[in-house]
Amino acid sequence: MIPELGQFALVLALLLAIAQGVLPIVGAWRGNGALMAVARPAAAGQAVFVFAAMGILIHAFLAYDFSVAYVADNSNLALPWYYRVTAVWGAHEGSMLLWVFILNVWTVALAALSRHLPQPFVARVLGVLGLIGVGFLAFILFTSNPFLRELPMPADGGDLNPVLQDPGMTFHPPVLYMGYVGFSVAFAFSIAALLGGELEQSWVRWARPWTNVSWAFLTMGIVAGSWWAYAELGWGGWWFWDPVENASFMPWLVGVALIHAQAVTEKRGSLPAWTVLLSLFAFSLSLLGTFLVRSGVLTSVHAFASDPRRGLYILGFLVVVIGGSLLLYAIRAPKVATGKAFAALSRETGIMVANLLFTTAAAMVLLGTLFPLIGDALNLGRVSVGPPYFGFLFVLLMAPAVLLLPFGPYLRWGKAEGRQLTAMALRSGIAAIVCTVAAVFFAEGRLRAIAGVAGAAWVAAGTLAYVVKRWREMPRGRRYPAEMAGMLVAHFGVALFLIGVMLSESLSTERDVRMAPGQAESVGGYQFRFDGVRETTGPNWRADEGVVTVFRDGTPMATMHPQKRTYSRGQVQTESAIDPGLFRDIYVALGEPMDSGDVEGAWALRLYHKPFVRWIWLGGLFMMAGGFLAAAERRFRAKKAAATAGAPAKEQLA
Amino acid sequence: MNPTRKRRLAVVISVVAAAAIAVGLTVFALQRNMSYLFTPSQVQEGQATQYPTFRLGGMVKAGSIQRAKDSLKVSFIVVDDAGAMPVEYTGILPDLFRDNQSVIATGRMADGRFIAGEVLAKHDENYMPKELKDAMAKAHQKRNIDDTAMKDTPK
Repeated sequence: MIPELGQFALVLALLLAIAQGVLPIVGAWRGNGALMAVARPAAAGQAVFVFAAMGILIHAFLAYDFSVAYVADNSNLALPWYYRVTAVWGAHEGSMLLWVFILNVWTVALAALSRHLPQPFVARVLGVLGLIGVGFLAFILFTSNPFLRELPMPADGGDLNPVLQDPGMTFHPPVLYMGYVGFSVAFAFSIAALLGGELEQSWVRWARPWTNVSWAFLTMGIVAGSWWAYAELGWGGWWFWDPVENASFMPWLVGVALIHAQAVTEKRGSLPAWTVLLSLFAFSLSLLGTFLVRSGVLTSVHAFASDPRRGLYILGFLVVVIGGSLLLYAIRAPKVATGKAFAALSRETGIMVANLLFTTAAAMVLLGTLFPLIGDALNLGRVSVGPPYFGFLFVLLMAPAVLLLPFGPYLRWGKAEGRQLTAMALRSGIAAIVCTVAAVFFAEGRLRAIAGVAGAAWVAAGTLAYVVKRWREMPRGRRYPAEMAGMLVAHFGVALFLIGVMLSESLSTERDVRMAPGQAESVGGYQFRFDGVRETTGPNWRADEGVVTVFRDGTPMATMHPQKRTYSRGQVQTESAIDPGLFRDIYVALGEPMDSGDVEGAWALRLYHKPFVRWIWLGGLFMMAGGFLAAAERRFRAKKAAATAGAPAKEQLA
Repeated sequence: MNPTRKRRLAVVISVVAAAAIAVGLTVFALQRNMSYLFTPSQVQEGQATQYPTFRLGGMVKAGSIQRAKDSLKVSFIVVDDAGAMPVEYTGILPDLFRDNQSVIATGRMADGRFIAGEVLAKHDENYMPKELKDAMAKAHQKRNIDDTAMKDTPK
């Protein structure tokens, strides 16, 4: 009975979403206050029912209700309770429900924190969010219902995909979706501005913290995903240019462009049409990303099988959202697009150039990701695009961005002076050269490592020089407003990320070896002794667990236990063992027994030594922190008393 | 020409130039990194001869996996309904690799054998990569073989 209540709640939520999507927009168009006033209660009602549906699905998992097909497919009696909760978003249907759930979290936060904005504008924003909700709720109800019954009820369920049974996976999807869905706020805001035919700077100011927070969440989600791939997939890579990763990376790249473009529009009134266009793109790519991952239209190591009705619905939905918003943009943009002019050498130009680099990078990733579909349509045969395509073009596009980055804060709005720029370039240039010379001695002639150190030193020195300049020139208390602090932290994160990527890529030693018990191998200055394999068990798996003792110069420094798990439904999963460190990771994974009849004998092992690999995620976390910090800027929540609770409350809700 | 027009012209020219470079580099990178998928029977028909490296997709023939005694070298046979191709690989195979699993190997031909540099196994038990399914179905149709054999194996 309870699962039917969940479905019923979703139906009611759909009806309320329709009311929220249609009535306020009509009201704003007709100038009808009563209709506009429907927006908030309808949003609240929708949220209540969606939260109820989510609660019911979680309850079904916790109560082992295997009469629900989705629960039976993705959990079983032996699965620990925390993985039964995360199994809610372990497959397609639940992921879609999670999406709608998070959409409602954002909508409620927005409804609560937008009282100081003009009523027609808020009505349109909430209306657009309602329409997005309609699209997703209808998709769930008609094609992907998580509450479908399976009768007769099986005695025990299947299993949650073992690669998802990992702590990193418990919060990767929700955080990633917080980012995806968060861009719907910027999208709704842009559509509202286009519908209303005017774009006020104060509205952009209001939208900025929302965009920053969602971008920060998206960053966190990608970092978590990358970390999870590194630890869980058992081959020690942190990025594969897999379609699923690209799906989250495209909105991220456009998001970088968007948060900078919004700053220009808010502070200077320049580039309004571009800002609006970018917010349409950011959300469209988020939608595309959600569907690419879950629909399985692309070949990917972790896409899920699909059914054709879903594909058709998704295609229709994307056409309506992307086509509709671009059409509206084409009709209305000339009306809102009266931006202020700026000089060729100015911060506006700097941001514009960076914007172009990032959007081109996103377009390049999009082309490479969708190319198999294009090749299919043009009858080129079964084509896929290899990682070197992305690597080559991405480095090419990001190199100028890295080169330009330290100049950013020094560029004045409107018109910049050349003198300060040369002074900065001189200082960072010297720092970069000194670090490069130092790196030449350590990197043993590996060019990528040296280039990475040079780039990182250039960015870090330029950013730190600006920190010092502010410290000297500004009075206490006004040195680093939150927005600027966020920018500096995020830019510094870029330097850390560069170090991590370039050094770990070029200095890592990776060896796949065959080892008999007692045998030792040397990798990256460490000695690894394989002490054989023993058997061990967990709540829903049994495993062969290897024992590997790591020595440095003859002294033992770590004992590592990589596992080869066999889950209760027969799936095999490698659990790597990692000895983490700020300057290097040691990574050991079990391959397979060389003779499957003799697990006591020789095994294939992966022995990796990965210097600085942790800096990749550290850099990502700095960027994320920068995003949150900038969103806390006081200017964003000043104005009226009603708005004072703005940013901090939102972050709590988030 | 007045200064405004001059500036606009400069902007337009630089945008066009940048776009041309971007398109050129993209095409270059795409051409170098496109890789085609063939099934064993397609390879035996000679469809893959013009590609130095390509991807080979099919099922691992039951009982064909053989390991070397003293290294990580492993050999197995990949089959579709009408063809078979011996594959050699040195390294650690993915978790899901076993008899009768669908796999995609990237590599090149040498002496009638496929030398793989990378082997991927399908992600979960019931799922076959769509492009592999399509490629195998296509290889099928050509021979007018009953299509039922091609359906995914039931759970």
